[in-house]
Amino acid sequence: MEPFKKLTGIVAPVDRVNVDTDAIIPKQFLKRIERSGFGQFLFYEWRFHRNGEVNTEFEPNKPRYEGASVLISRANFGCGSSREHAPWAILDYGFKVVIAPSYADIFYNNCFQNGILPIKLSEEQVEDLFQRTAKHDGYKLTVDLENKKLTDEYGLDLAFDLDEHRRQFLLLGLDNIGLTLQHQDEITAYEQKRPAYLG
Amino acid sequence: MTKRTLFEKIWDNHVIHQEEGKPSIIYIDLHLVHEVTSPQAFEGLRMTNRKVRRPDLTFATMDHNVPTKDRFNIKDPISKQQIDTLTQNCADFGVKLFDLNNIDQGVVHVMGPEIGLTYPGKTIVCGDSHTSTHGAFGALAFGIGTSEVEHVMATQCLQQAKPKTMEVRFNGSRKPGVTAKDLILGVIAKYGTDFATGFVIEYTGEAIRTLTMEERMTVCNMSIEGGARAGLIAPDETTFNYLRGREYAPANYDEAVEDWRKLTTDEGAAYDVVVEFDVDSLIPQVTWGTSPGMGTDITSSVPFPKDLPTENERKAAEKALEYMDLKPGTPMSEIEIDYVFIGSCTNGRIEDLRAAAEIARGYKVSEKVTAIVVPGSGRVKLQAEKEGLDKIFVEAGFEWREAGCSMCLAMNPDVLEPGQRCASTSNRNFEGRQGRDGRTHLVSPAMAAAAAIKGRFTDVRDWNVKSEVLN
Repeated sequence: MEPFKKLTGIVAPVDRVNVDTDAIIPKQFLKRIERSGFGQFLFYEWRFHRNGEVNTEFEPNKPRYEGASVLISRANFGCGSSREHAPWAILDYGFKVVIAPSYADIFYNNCFQNGILPIKLSEEQVEDLFQRTAKHDGYKLTVDLENKKLTDEYGLDLAFDLDEHRRQFLLLGLDNIGLTLQHQDEITAYEQKRPAYLG
Repeated sequence: MTKRTLFEKIWDNHVIHQEEGKPSIIYIDLHLVHEVTSPQAFEGLRMTNRKVRRPDLTFATMDHNVPTKDRFNIKDPISKQQIDTLTQNCADFGVKLFDLNNIDQGVVHVMGPEIGLTYPGKTIVCGDSHTSTHGAFGALAFGIGTSEVEHVMATQCLQQAKPKTMEVRFNGSRKPGVTAKDLILGVIAKYGTDFATGFVIEYTGEAIRTLTMEERMTVCNMSIEGGARAGLIAPDETTFNYLRGREYAPANYDEAVEDWRKLTTDEGAAYDVVVEFDVDSLIPQVTWGTSPGMGTDITSSVPFPKDLPTENERKAAEKALEYMDLKPGTPMSEIEIDYVFIGSCTNGRIEDLRAAAEIARGYKVSEKVTAIVVPGSGRVKLQAEKEGLDKIFVEAGFEWREAGCSMCLAMNPDVLEPGQRCASTSNRNFEGRQGRDGRTHLVSPAMAAAAAIKGRFTDVRDWNVKSEVLN
């Protein structure tokens, strides 16, 4: 996995609560057997009309958000299905950071598995970012994971919190499976003492 | 000794390694696999030359993509590729697969418990959020993403931060016509879709104790719709009786039951949070919006967004009503429907079909409604046919289909047309869930069957049941 340390990028807003993973990537695109190429389907039914034309009303479609790498949204982002296709689509589209007041558990976890940084801020702080994004064309945030800080060109200097293990995991781009496999002996020892009826 | 909750007992039994400040490594007793969230995991194993560590604890079926009629003729080439890929992967890695030729093929969360793979005290994972279903047996069961599917395949373990515990205590008892589905829809309508984020729920109270295993599965299934990591119900005689004699139940059954009896929350153990729910006043539920928490009583009306307590809720309700094409103040019983879906891992079991058939017997589906019944598994279908339920449905004008996830998420050909309105026994009413611009209302099987016949929602408590059994 690619390590994540620091990024400066354009911020795109999706101003809704409870953005579910069906909205992030609709089910008709879950049939592929690859991990890649899901970005074109991100927020598909919001980004495109039924006839396939681009929905210019959907904020991230506006030219000012072209090339965005930071996504801001509202509470309970990523609720619903466990589909990892959701973070795959977010990443493949170009987002490396998501900012919201809260996340559904499975989605939150899936982000770290893919080197995406999901940042939790208070409702008020997120609202402030929505306002800054609306106010300044091409609004950018600098996300500094080493120092757990968000800054912008307009004086924002905001600390965010993140579990230290998760932070290290992203900073180093670690292989989770490799980490568990370091405990092979403990796994084997555990297996030998499990009740026989468990198989 | 420290008093522990049921969750803490299962957790402690499965921790292999823990260090301050790091997630614990926990052992997984059962890994269920389906075609949608596994291909990239198997591919990951190939790329790193890893094997499935415990193929004997790993079981696969195909459910999401499967057509419910003419099922061997999968017309969508990408769906077919995904199903064929699962077949090949299971063969390559030695994983037992219940494929379309197998009577046990079905929705993974219907099939697993049915053949006795799910039992108390196990840790169970699957690349599917409704894995919470299996918590009905007092198993710690939760959904994971594909990276974690690969992780479990390679190590039979997961790294997990210990969730917090929540008791959802049901007070009082259910009145006639009020189902397990109404219990969980009621809880989510009251507390919202993220009240349990970061928690494992334990459902308690007399109203839970008196549920059958299938009803308990319906409740636990939708734990994820409240945001919970998992939902648990302590095992009891109902659990032990259900499992006895099932194919994969322990051979030395009584010994296992002795272990399982210890799986209850100790008297005086503390949960991090306790919430309560009044069952006495609960009546059949219908959702009106695009989030499972947007639900209300059948006797109530579509709410006015301005009456909702927070700005977030008001904005979300306005968007939802626009999408659902509903006017505030409309009585729920005046909402007309075009489609009915009876099935899914929430309500696709034999008792669900019996409840729907009892309502449908002797009636006709409204002329303007398409109604399909999709059994949760091959065995549910077989049992329903033995009981003649298929005939009741067909005579009433329902379509009788083959087992699969079907219109719960509409990955197969069962999809709503834009603008169609569906009474659905499934678990999610998200925008586009059952088809782009389709409109989903979540209800119990009995409520769905009654809606099919009336062509609009109706209070099942007023239904004239024409069942010979009852009359």
